[in-house]
Amino acid sequence: MTTDALAAPGSRPGWLSRLFAGRGGPIAVVVLAILTLWYAGAVYLNAPGMIDAFEREKRAWSTAELIEGTWSQDRPLLPAPHQVLVEMKKTILDKPITSKRSLVFHAWVTLSSTLLGFAIGTGLGIVLAVGIVHVRTLEKSLMPWIISSQTIPILAIAPMVVVVLGAIGLRGLVPKAIISTYLCFFPVTIGMVKGLRSPDLLQMDLMRTYNASRWQTFWKLRWPSSLPFLFTSLKVAVAISLVGAIVGELPTGAQAGLGARLLAGSYYGQTIQIWSALLTAAALAAAMVGLVGLTERFVLRRMGARP
Amino acid sequence: MRRGLDLWMLAAALLAAGALGFPLSAGDLPLSWFDVPAAAVYVALFAALCAWLAGGRAQGLVLGAILSVAAVLGVAVALHLLYDAGAGGQARLGFWLFVFAIWAAVWRGIAAIGSFRSLNRGRQRGVDLLVPLAFGLWLVFLWEAVTVGFGVPQVLLPTPSMIAARFAGSLDILAADFNQTFVKAVISGYIMGCGSGFLVSILVDRVPFLKRGLLPLGNLVSALPIVGIAPIMVMWFGFDWQSKAAVVVIMTFFPMLVNTVSGLAAAGALERELMRSYGAGYWQTLFKLRLPAAMPFIFNALKINSTLALIGAIVAEFFGTPIVGMGFRISTEVGRMNVDMVWAEIVMAALAGSAFYGAMALCERGVTFWHPSYRQRH
Repeated sequence: MTTDALAAPGSRPGWLSRLFAGRGGPIAVVVLAILTLWYAGAVYLNAPGMIDAFEREKRAWSTAELIEGTWSQDRPLLPAPHQVLVEMKKTILDKPITSKRSLVFHAWVTLSSTLLGFAIGTGLGIVLAVGIVHVRTLEKSLMPWIISSQTIPILAIAPMVVVVLGAIGLRGLVPKAIISTYLCFFPVTIGMVKGLRSPDLLQMDLMRTYNASRWQTFWKLRWPSSLPFLFTSLKVAVAISLVGAIVGELPTGAQAGLGARLLAGSYYGQTIQIWSALLTAAALAAAMVGLVGLTERFVLRRMGARP
Repeated sequence: MRRGLDLWMLAAALLAAGALGFPLSAGDLPLSWFDVPAAAVYVALFAALCAWLAGGRAQGLVLGAILSVAAVLGVAVALHLLYDAGAGGQARLGFWLFVFAIWAAVWRGIAAIGSFRSLNRGRQRGVDLLVPLAFGLWLVFLWEAVTVGFGVPQVLLPTPSMIAARFAGSLDILAADFNQTFVKAVISGYIMGCGSGFLVSILVDRVPFLKRGLLPLGNLVSALPIVGIAPIMVMWFGFDWQSKAAVVVIMTFFPMLVNTVSGLAAAGALERELMRSYGAGYWQTLFKLRLPAAMPFIFNALKINSTLALIGAIVAEFFGTPIVGMGFRISTEVGRMNVDMVWAEIVMAALAGSAFYGAMALCERGVTFWHPSYRQRH
């Protein structure tokens, strides 16, 4: 196939130029460049420690040995990508899921509070937005506070919420879910207020000429036209909800969850553990945002939007 | 506006009148309205005033002003009942009905002021500012009344007055923390992160290859929990502010990159062709047309980043810090159950965050005054 394309130039652009005209080629090149930089960075950052180790053993070393060594340290400053992948395989695939050392177990702990918080936060955000759109006084008095609360580093109170709720006996899932809720209802509210207001005057007037009630206007016009806005907000909300759950796990004394893994790793200098927890969190975030995106496409297509 | 019976005012009158029929507090020294005649007289007057207003005697700003005065006096009476008369911790139905009565009056007053319309922009803006301010003050009072009235343990939720006292009493600690976290870590990280994001985005815009390769990754990264990189940065750059600044740089870089790149594409084809017909080169087009057109997007990123930067710096301090800094203070005082100090620190963070955001918004208003969103509303 590839040789055919190379053998017959001119008839259509070669596979290489076709690849690079799209997104796939450039992304692959950038990812490769990042990996190369990562390996180089591992050598650069870990080399001093490795040289020290060699000199302590009082043995002569070659450059090849040094590079080899920097990519296989136990506690490197920057672990090489393959070390992280091996650790991830070990903790995700090889450990039983119920084990406390399984990353799947920790990811599930984080994911469950993320999803609970996301669900509650989305519901709360939608209810608030509906209230703001329909009640004038609420809009005038509450909306400025919702916007200005965006400027407050809410994440900073996450540990306090966890510790304080723990003091009255609420532990585990709920405090983290509360933080996630708190973080993700803002984008949903803002997006939904915009979305519920997005029908233009002409459409609203048409509803009025039909003598539609507020309720009917809401279900037949406002709600459908707000859905694209809702999904855009949901993507932000689900990502920030995960961040909230992770930060919420920081002060719990490192029991379970990806945040606890991060903290434990930083206490004991287990860099490989930190990186594998970080990559797992990143994969989780990407998967959840992707899932919301898929739902969006499905729902909007069912509603007759252009694909 | 519908004239006739004003339901909110009627509710306020009935609630206030009903409050007089119930005891104020229980406990060892139960309190009834007979023990506090002055307060009882005020509540009766309040009920009478609301009943009078329920007939629609006053509208708009006049109604708002009357209700504001009545509500402020009512709040003073309620605080007197809580603190001086000793209803705190054991408040009962009589007290809460009175609070609900003020609530109804405040709600009606806010609605009355909020419906004010003026062609004078300054006056309108002042009123638009007054409404959320009054609502916020009311929420603070409600917080105080609920925490004191029910005797909520201080560990769970301190009262606003305690937080304010703690804030005023430990200004030196707060100033040191502010200097460490905000001035050193946030500002330097913010400038470096936004600056490098801006420069890289111009490069990305120039090179279509990078645009196709780097931009999807940038979009992906802005959805990732970047805060998690904090322990690594602490390991690399040490405990002091440099590691926090590094986290801030990474957190602010990608929003800036993504926003500026889409901003540089915002100038219309017509304007670009005009520039070409003038014979303008790449740099002239960039500086005279495309960067100004990108400004709304750039300021959007600057505003998003102002919040992200503060979050990044504070969270990074949870992973190790010298014994000063807002994140350090929050995590240690939580451990010692000094929740009022934590709240003082949060108030501080909120003030700093809002001021930072507000400064960016002001700059935006100055730079992008031409944008449609700043023209006359509606």
